[in-house]
Amino acid sequence: MRKFKEFIIEKLILICGLASIFFVVLIFLFLLKEGLEVFKGITPFKFLFGKSWYPISEPPQLGILPLILGSLLVTVGAAIISIPIGVGCAIYIAEIAPLKIKETLKAGIELLAAIPSVVLGFIGMVTLVPLVKNVFHLPTGLTALSGSIMLAFMAMPTIVSIAEDALYSVPKTYKEGALALGATQWQTIWRVMLPAASSGILAAVMLGIGRVIGETMAVMMITGNAAVIPNSILAPVRTLTATIAAEMGEAVVGAEHYFALFAIGIVLFVISFAINVTADLFLHKRQ
Amino acid sequence: MRNPHRTQKIAFFFLFLATLLIVIPVGLIVVIIIQKGLPAINWQFLSDIPRQGMRAGGIFPAIVGTVYLVIGAIIFALPIGLLAAIYLSEYSKDNLLTRLIKLAIVNLAGVPSVVYGLFGLALFVVFFKFGASILSGSLTLGIMILPVIITTSREALESVPYSFREVSLSLGASKWQTIRHIVLPNAIPGILTGTILGLGRAAGETAPILFTVAAFYLPRLPDSVFDQAMALPYHLYVISTQVPNVDEKVRYGTALVLLALVLFMNLVAIIIRYKFRKKKKW
Repeated sequence: MRKFKEFIIEKLILICGLASIFFVVLIFLFLLKEGLEVFKGITPFKFLFGKSWYPISEPPQLGILPLILGSLLVTVGAAIISIPIGVGCAIYIAEIAPLKIKETLKAGIELLAAIPSVVLGFIGMVTLVPLVKNVFHLPTGLTALSGSIMLAFMAMPTIVSIAEDALYSVPKTYKEGALALGATQWQTIWRVMLPAASSGILAAVMLGIGRVIGETMAVMMITGNAAVIPNSILAPVRTLTATIAAEMGEAVVGAEHYFALFAIGIVLFVISFAINVTADLFLHKRQ
Repeated sequence: MRNPHRTQKIAFFFLFLATLLIVIPVGLIVVIIIQKGLPAINWQFLSDIPRQGMRAGGIFPAIVGTVYLVIGAIIFALPIGLLAAIYLSEYSKDNLLTRLIKLAIVNLAGVPSVVYGLFGLALFVVFFKFGASILSGSLTLGIMILPVIITTSREALESVPYSFREVSLSLGASKWQTIRHIVLPNAIPGILTGTILGLGRAAGETAPILFTVAAFYLPRLPDSVFDQAMALPYHLYVISTQVPNVDEKVRYGTALVLLALVLFMNLVAIIIRYKFRKKKKW
């Protein structure tokens, strides 16, 4: 009887172990099921590279190029801000900060990661948006730049914690060897630690960028939501994620607009999948 | 001539600056929200329904909605996540399947939150016909927090020394008995940490509940799991962007309640982990 019970439990454990694979596949299948419908009316090429997104005009124009460029612009901006700051902070925490400060800083970074994106979006609306508007004398502060700055703060916790892990896992003997040869602490970091941890740091940067591309609420609240091809970082833009979040409420289940939003979901899923698999390869190489 | 010590000073200064550029804004964000939100917090704000088109009154239904969603998500995710963690730490071998499972977990953690929203809409709301309901929202959030729970629980299980298992097995206990009576009890603080982190994540997310549960304005409490509900993050989004002329105080107050809830859970998790690390005897 007990043998039977244990047999059941162990099978249950196996099933749950497979659950994550099951859910990833399920998510992808359901995105495909709803999203591929849109290609009955529009070719994939026209969908990806069409220059206008007017989903409720008659007939609807479903080109997501403006949205892709919007996401790209905001993401590049956020990457430029967050990569140097994030990696710098990781080096400071891993190599320079005294032990006590180190623990506090790590807890602080963890808290930043925990702040809900809608709260960051709200704070961005009331502080950053007016600031950007006044500094650059713009008609509105709801711009790609505001979005980039706010998103940089969402990428930083990811970059800092993974890059710090990467630096931490460099064998101690490397560092000791360099110091024993008379290198200064900075020379050791720059010439020995960073190259040794480079693949982990690269993975950190990629995962940070992945977080930025997928971020929805803050971006929707502070980038101005104009679905046109952006001509400057000081113009309002709309990202792929914000489009889904903003328009799904109005889309009718089973309409072309609804399918198109799912097709955008496929694009996002594929991008995040590619980023995560590549980052994982880099992290594995390190070990 | 280049002086390596001066270079080091300059480099360290910039690294310190980078750290400040993260720490100071985080501090400012928390301070601003507390400072401007605290005056709004009183018993009426926490216990009353929203009034005058959400421009006055309280946020009670949103708080209750978020609590329901979070409880629902954890009821779904904890058993599956814990068993998956047990599989990975106790049963899995170093083979392709394990590698695939780990890759799936990484991907599940990386899927954008709004894509979870789409998935929940397609599967639970439309396909299973649960409608926009607490049930749909909880299940969507549950799948989203699964990676957090699996990863932290697995770490907790794996940190239990191997000798504990060997002693138990050598005394004639079966594998499951060993897990149930030796490994699990020793891993509980770590599992608890993961669970609380998952709860915090579920409480703060907006995008996955946008189309699966969230009600724009529902000034009453939900009756069943098939009912729509208000939720704190969505409520904050609505009163910040969709409703004109909302008193600043109400917005900051709502932001403060949400932030306090999420940060409190994270703090508890950090403290449990810290205490446990100190107490660990092995």
